Amino acid sequence: VSRAKPEDDEYWNSSKFKAFTFDDDDDEFSRLKESKRAVNSILVDDDDDEEEEDGVERVSWSGEPVGSISWSVKETASSIRSGSEQSFPKIDTTPSLSKQGSGYSLSSLFKGDLYDLSPEETVRRMQKGRAFSLEKFRSLQDKLLLLDEAVAVYDGNLITAVLIYLKKSLSKEILFRELMARDVALRHYVHYLKEMGEQKLLVDVHILLMQYKEHLNIKDEGQRRDFLKSCLGLPFSQDDATHVQDHYTLLERQIIIEASDKKADAEIFKKFPRKASILNMPIITTLYYSCFYHYGESEGTYSSPENIRKTFRISEKQYILTALGARAKLKSWFDVDSLFNTKNWLGYTKKRSPIGFHRVVDILQKNSAPVNVLQEYVNLIDSPELKLSVALKYKCHDIVINTYRDLKDRQELVVYREKLERDSPEYRKIQELLNNVQIRWKN
Amino acid sequence: MAHTEWKDAPGLPDFSLLKRLARDQLIFLLEQLPGKKDLFIDADLMSPLDRIANVTILKFCLYTSSLKYTYFLFFFCRLCFLIRPRIQTVKWISDLVNADKVAGRFRRYKIIFTPQKFYACETVLEEQGVYGDVTTDEWNFYILPLDDDILSLELPEFFRDNFLEGDQRWVTTAGSALRLLQSVYGSFSKVYGIGRCAKMVYESWRELMEDGEQRTRQPEFAKVFLVDRDVDFVTPLCSQVVYEGLVDDLFRIKCGSVEFGPDVTSSDKSIKVMLNSQDKVFSEIRNEHFSNVFGFLSQKAKNLQTAYDKRRGMDIQQMKAFVADELKGLKQEHRLLSLHIGASESMMKKKTKQDFQELLKTEHSLLEGFEIRECITYIEEHINRQVSMIDSLRLLCLLSITENGLLSKDYRSLKAQYLQSYGIEHLLTFANLRQLGLLEEQQAGETLTVMESKVGKLVNDKTVGKLTDAFSSLAKKSNFRALSKRLALVPKSGEEYDLRVPRDMAYVFSGAYIPLSCKLIEQVLERDGWTGMEEVTRMLNGQEFAVTGGSSSSEARSKTDAQRIVLVMFLGGCTFSEISALRFLGKERGTYYVKQME
Repeated sequence: VSRAKPEDDEYWNSSKFKAFTFDDDDDEFSRLKESKRAVNSILVDDDDDEEEEDGVERVSWSGEPVGSISWSVKETASSIRSGSEQSFPKIDTTPSLSKQGSGYSLSSLFKGDLYDLSPEETVRRMQKGRAFSLEKFRSLQDKLLLLDEAVAVYDGNLITAVLIYLKKSLSKEILFRELMARDVALRHYVHYLKEMGEQKLLVDVHILLMQYKEHLNIKDEGQRRDFLKSCLGLPFSQDDATHVQDHYTLLERQIIIEASDKKADAEIFKKFPRKASILNMPIITTLYYSCFYHYGESEGTYSSPENIRKTFRISEKQYILTALGARAKLKSWFDVDSLFNTKNWLGYTKKRSPIGFHRVVDILQKNSAPVNVLQEYVNLIDSPELKLSVALKYKCHDIVINTYRDLKDRQELVVYREKLERDSPEYRKIQELLNNVQIRWKN
Repeated sequence: MAHTEWKDAPGLPDFSLLKRLARDQLIFLLEQLPGKKDLFIDADLMSPLDRIANVTILKFCLYTSSLKYTYFLFFFCRLCFLIRPRIQTVKWISDLVNADKVAGRFRRYKIIFTPQKFYACETVLEEQGVYGDVTTDEWNFYILPLDDDILSLELPEFFRDNFLEGDQRWVTTAGSALRLLQSVYGSFSKVYGIGRCAKMVYESWRELMEDGEQRTRQPEFAKVFLVDRDVDFVTPLCSQVVYEGLVDDLFRIKCGSVEFGPDVTSSDKSIKVMLNSQDKVFSEIRNEHFSNVFGFLSQKAKNLQTAYDKRRGMDIQQMKAFVADELKGLKQEHRLLSLHIGASESMMKKKTKQDFQELLKTEHSLLEGFEIRECITYIEEHINRQVSMIDSLRLLCLLSITENGLLSKDYRSLKAQYLQSYGIEHLLTFANLRQLGLLEEQQAGETLTVMESKVGKLVNDKTVGKLTDAFSSLAKKSNFRALSKRLALVPKSGEEYDLRVPRDMAYVFSGAYIPLSCKLIEQVLERDGWTGMEEVTRMLNGQEFAVTGGSSSSEARSKTDAQRIVLVMFLGGCTFSEISALRFLGKERGTYYVKQME
């Protein structure tokens, strides 16, 4: 899209610039919808559709014809090899930009005759205490020949030296497999490991987390729980220790809940069969689950919302949000109602919420609450502007009409009337208001 | 955005040559293995390979299949594996070979590593006792051209390996990629860069060039800008609102193509579509702010209708001409149009559902440093309601980076709530993000030094160095606020921004923020170096450089088109928003930007 092409000017100018919103009643969006309908309804004969290439490559194993294979890579490579301009300067590089000291560079030290020695010759040099190299023994067969040669000369020192090299370059399984058939070498190896004191446990945060991470590989939940229990002893930071402890407690509870709910036959389980097991779900999902299936249970049971709330120190706000979602899903408007009820010292009930009531309305609406329920909560929104915009969004006519009436905004009322169905109660209500001579309209 | 409109812009070199080179080398390697063979291809090499080769060239290997998903039907006694150099894959192959040995089957094995082999992989072969049974080779497939102006290394692990694990294994790969470009298209006139990895890549490339043989000088091809992803973490954390960026955020563009599901195609099947400049509809909307896309598509649909309507009242001759000349083009456009309209509609639905507007508002407040408490409350509610895990994390990171870390109290509480909502195993995620400097707890400067000196007494010199590194990375600040002020990244609020006529690169974020990375590139190119930006580089933790290719005649240079081609290489990946911003910059300055990403 070229932004300033003259022929487009008319189009761009024809619609006034308007702040863009992602609301779906946006004009342009509805226009787009129309276009979609239009485009899709254009009828075209589909006869030649198949062969149409379309310019859009498909991801498939077919396509362009093959270039000549004979055009060998070597040729290409040499013809394009560059005139490199060597004039770029070295830049002052801070830490270490030296080439990685990989095994390659090491082996280059041993070029020449040292590097080409046979197992016998190598072992001889080792015996004589002269420079030697084991690096060229890379295939399993060569390694074993070297080991056998070392064993053959009865030199324990050499056997261990070769074994250290083998330990470095062979996996434990393969090395042990081969050592099983070589008694002498095996004894040397076991002794060497004993002397080395096997494992050193590094106390490092990342090692700790690596250990903790292991639990992800355990499928069986009982084993997983036991593993997590074993993690409790690890020296985590105080903060992380709490989380790991929570993780263990959570899984422990989930296993208990799962076992009893699997065979539960209460009404609620029949009406809303469980879609998945609760095992390994996050804490909040577990809380939601318990608000859904175990609402109102006494705090003493593991599955009760109260118990979960206390055990995992869940904030009031979080609790209300979760319980609200679960109870609204079940359409238990009474429960929803009592979530927000507080009694003041005079005994009056008052609605109070740690989350904004517009948020509450939002959640209720997403759970398809009826208009009368919605309306009640829309009315509780503090800010008048917010209240109006929410009421407009969810079509709470009464609130919209009353707000405009209070604002004495006749024009908005007229506009709103046009959006309503003729002769609906709301329509008539506006009509009455507009005819009311008592009201002093501001416009 | 037809390129021809910008007469000023230089032509881009033909990058498809790179495909041909890679393909020829692959054929060469495969031809070196005599006889028929089973060819196994690493799953994530399938798409890149598909871009450069096809079944016909591989047909002499009767059976091809993608590695991770297949279990085996062996036809031949020769197996060839085309893989990325990953230890896991090599282990898996070793197991296979060892299983064959146990079963007494005799076969030949060959591994072709791409883009190069690693010693560690060979050591695995050695460890598993199959070295020698398995031979290895390298296929130096460094660069995949994804579009006229986008090149990619297609190494998704680059970021993790380099920035999280601190493993520099890909540095030489990036250096080799630069060398390849230079040897095919001509030398670079100037190299700028910022970041530790960028510096290493430059050095690695320079040494490769010095090792190479000297030949006659080639005409100059481009300037190069190397930038580490961790120089600018803010930009990739922002929700994308240009069309291509949105498509990527919602449908994931992989290797230049996207899979649109049934909700887009309004049928029961998904289709994979290539997204590049070949797609005429897409190429016109890819860089546009989403708000302009509807209007454009509607207009396009109207035009299409008119074009079809021309058929009415045509006589036979005219109809014949219409079918011959126009119909095919129209139909193609028709199909593309319905696809992109479908995509826009589906994006709209998804975004409306998740209160996108509010999310954007929070992001903009964070960028501006405005009403931070409200932002924290919003993020908290986002977490509490268990809405998109990734979005919550993105917001947390954005908060941390723009605020130089979270207050201890906030960090702990948000982390605890996050773990409650999305699972405690995300402890690991938090550890990783902390390591990267993406999500941190504010540390008082003094406590650090005290801790350092205390710990320093307990350990030997070598570890002290490491510890100091660790501490300094902890103390490393993003300085976003100061940077933003100095570089004027966030336009003053209250000013109206007409997204239809963008005045700067901020349009890619609804006029609320100019991507830091792109702003740096713009400034450095304008100044031809870092002079005058000392304070900025200091806040970005230094590591900047600008070097000229020495002796070449400066007169000839300034004239050539090539001078105006700029190759920007993002080490660790880049977003489509950044690409759009650079395209915008390129048009304004009559310059071409070629991007390269990992």
